[in-house]
Amino acid sequence: MKKIDILIVGVGGQGTLLSSRILGKLAMDAGLDVKLSEVHGMAQRGGSVVTHVRIGQNVQSPVIDMGKADMIIAFEELEALRWAHYLKDFGKIIVNLQQIKPMPVIMGACKYPQDILERLAKKYDVVAVDALALAKKAGSIKCVNTVLLGVAAKVLGMDKAAWLAAVKDTVPPKTAEVNISAFEVGYDFIK
Amino acid sequence: MKKLLLGNEAVARGAYEAGATVATAYPGTPSTEVTEAAAKYDEIYCEWSPNEKVALEVAIGASFAGARALCSMKHVGLNVAADPLYTAAYTGVNGGLVILVADDPGMHSSQNEQDSRNHAYGAHVPLLEPSDSAESLAYTKLAFEISEKYDTPVIVRMTTRVAHSRSLVEIGQRVMPEKRTFNKDIEKYVMMPAMARKRRVNIELREKALREDADLLDINTMELKDLACGIICSDVVYRYVREALPDASVLKLGMVHPLPEKLIAEFAQKVKKLYVIEELDPFIETRVKAMGIKCIGKELFPAYGELSAGLIAEKLLGIPRKAVPEADLPQRPPVLCPGCPHRAVFRVLNKLKLNVMGDIGCYTLGALPPLSAMDACVCMGASIGMALGMEKADSTLASKTVAVIGDSTFIHSGITGLADIVYNKGQSTVLILDNSITGMTGHQHNPATGYTIKMEPTRAVDLEALARALGVEHVRVVDPFNMSELEKILREETARPDPSVIIARRPCALIDKRERKPIDFMPEKCKKCGLCFKLGCPAIENVDGVAVVNTELCNYCGLCSGVCKFGALGVE
Repeated sequence: MKKIDILIVGVGGQGTLLSSRILGKLAMDAGLDVKLSEVHGMAQRGGSVVTHVRIGQNVQSPVIDMGKADMIIAFEELEALRWAHYLKDFGKIIVNLQQIKPMPVIMGACKYPQDILERLAKKYDVVAVDALALAKKAGSIKCVNTVLLGVAAKVLGMDKAAWLAAVKDTVPPKTAEVNISAFEVGYDFIK
Repeated sequence: MKKLLLGNEAVARGAYEAGATVATAYPGTPSTEVTEAAAKYDEIYCEWSPNEKVALEVAIGASFAGARALCSMKHVGLNVAADPLYTAAYTGVNGGLVILVADDPGMHSSQNEQDSRNHAYGAHVPLLEPSDSAESLAYTKLAFEISEKYDTPVIVRMTTRVAHSRSLVEIGQRVMPEKRTFNKDIEKYVMMPAMARKRRVNIELREKALREDADLLDINTMELKDLACGIICSDVVYRYVREALPDASVLKLGMVHPLPEKLIAEFAQKVKKLYVIEELDPFIETRVKAMGIKCIGKELFPAYGELSAGLIAEKLLGIPRKAVPEADLPQRPPVLCPGCPHRAVFRVLNKLKLNVMGDIGCYTLGALPPLSAMDACVCMGASIGMALGMEKADSTLASKTVAVIGDSTFIHSGITGLADIVYNKGQSTVLILDNSITGMTGHQHNPATGYTIKMEPTRAVDLEALARALGVEHVRVVDPFNMSELEKILREETARPDPSVIIARRPCALIDKRERKPIDFMPEKCKKCGLCFKLGCPAIENVDGVAVVNTELCNYCGLCSGVCKFGALGVE
């Protein structure tokens, strides 16, 4: 890993911030520069949220520009589509197969798109994963974020031990064990 | 040791290393984490103040007593604190006084987008702008030194992308400054006309000295590379410029007020074409132009929203940004959480078709459909004054208008508005949404919750007694989840030709640890009447008209069980 820009997107309350902190720790441990840009405040109340993770030798902007991200980790399908244009052509997008209906859809003002994966697959390299089911399997539905990181680690083909150390050092100590097994389940998702 | 810190955490660390012993604030995105981080140091007295004005006054008092003091706020908070700021500029300081203000270009979580640098100019105080977390730490320390050296409060101004970005920071040791004590000195500390006139002259001398010294300050630096293009910039925009144009010459300003004029003139002479790139107002650009120097700025870049490396590359290098977002996607506006106590209130307000003067907090989301029960929102505490103004302008509105304000916002600046209603014979009804916490900024305590920032138990303001003491005779308390009772009380109190206060009390769903009963959702009983959808609960999904509860999101609060007449959402 020399330089990588990752966008983490989801719905406020899904726990996207923890994932970015684990990636930050991973970069630090590797002796690299890193910048993370987070969203706090009103958007956290169920709105569309995004965290930028930039890792490299010398990172300037904390924000990834449109069309420049190497990877997107999407915690929710519609949010995957909303932010996909931040990816490079044929960039990798990991999509958690979870649909959280936004209020305009709940109210019937518009429909939740039914062809998200197809639309994404036209331009990008899509990895679809039911992280909620895998998190349940690992022992806690709260570990969707570490499942997705496990998938990302495998996709990026990086040193697994370093990832495990970053997970262990970042999550609350009481949840280390279940987060590690969630990461493993995610890592083994792609054979 | 290196740490990955938020810009806000780095400011707190800088204050710690500079030996600060007092930190005050009212929470406000994107500044809140400064004081939360400061509160982790036992050596620093920290407080959530009732509002930014009080926060700054406490910090001023601490400075007069000899302490290094940090006071933090968001941009609109500095308006509230502008009164003490503009006169603290006259008194100057004893211990260093640093004001951290976080602006929010693009309005991620704010009601406006003002540029706080204008306050530095107006108040005649120096202002520093860090571009990342390491600089946030370093500039905070430097700000304390400047404050004591020049006898002035100093503003450190951040934007969301600095405050809420994490980057690597080298941690240093805490070094205590030489101890200072309070010495009585009415010429310095009592600002009445005779003294203030003398101190006013002082300000001019101080600003002149600062302006001259700014040329030598090592946070104002020239990076000379390709001289065809020179860019003056500060804060995170410097990072965008470096990303987009690694070979351009840059004058990076760490101090933006007063400006290093000689340095700017020198830089302008060296480069062929000069740009000033900054977010929000043309603060630097206007002053550079006033020096008679030609430069390009707001002709190219908007005076609103955020800039980015991509935008700078597009404007200066002509590299178009080709990425196009997917069209026609459903928006995802923020919503009140499942289980939120505010939801019930807005459902009832919507049903009663009242005019609702709103305020700042999570509950501003009550304006959005389907709750659609807020008709105005301006600033902290404005709901109450606006309600009175409505009835004074049009007496027919008196029985149709309510003010809606949260507990923390009421303490912040609603109390004076309520005094106005009583004093000036209004009859407005004020609804205080008491969720026992400052919600939207992430659950900070306030004077009504009974805990300090360091989680020590303390006395809590008694809202009922306070309202009565202000002269409100009709004070009612209701659990908003009892919607029929809330509706009855609202009807009674709005009809009454006297002021009244209704306290809708139920803790924020995110802090309410009471055990929830399981609910037997039976979508097969749903008659598609659609009433439950009017609650705007993100956990109740509309599947071809049938209410289907998303049990991953549901908080099992039971509000919808009471709304459904057919038992599809459980039995109340």
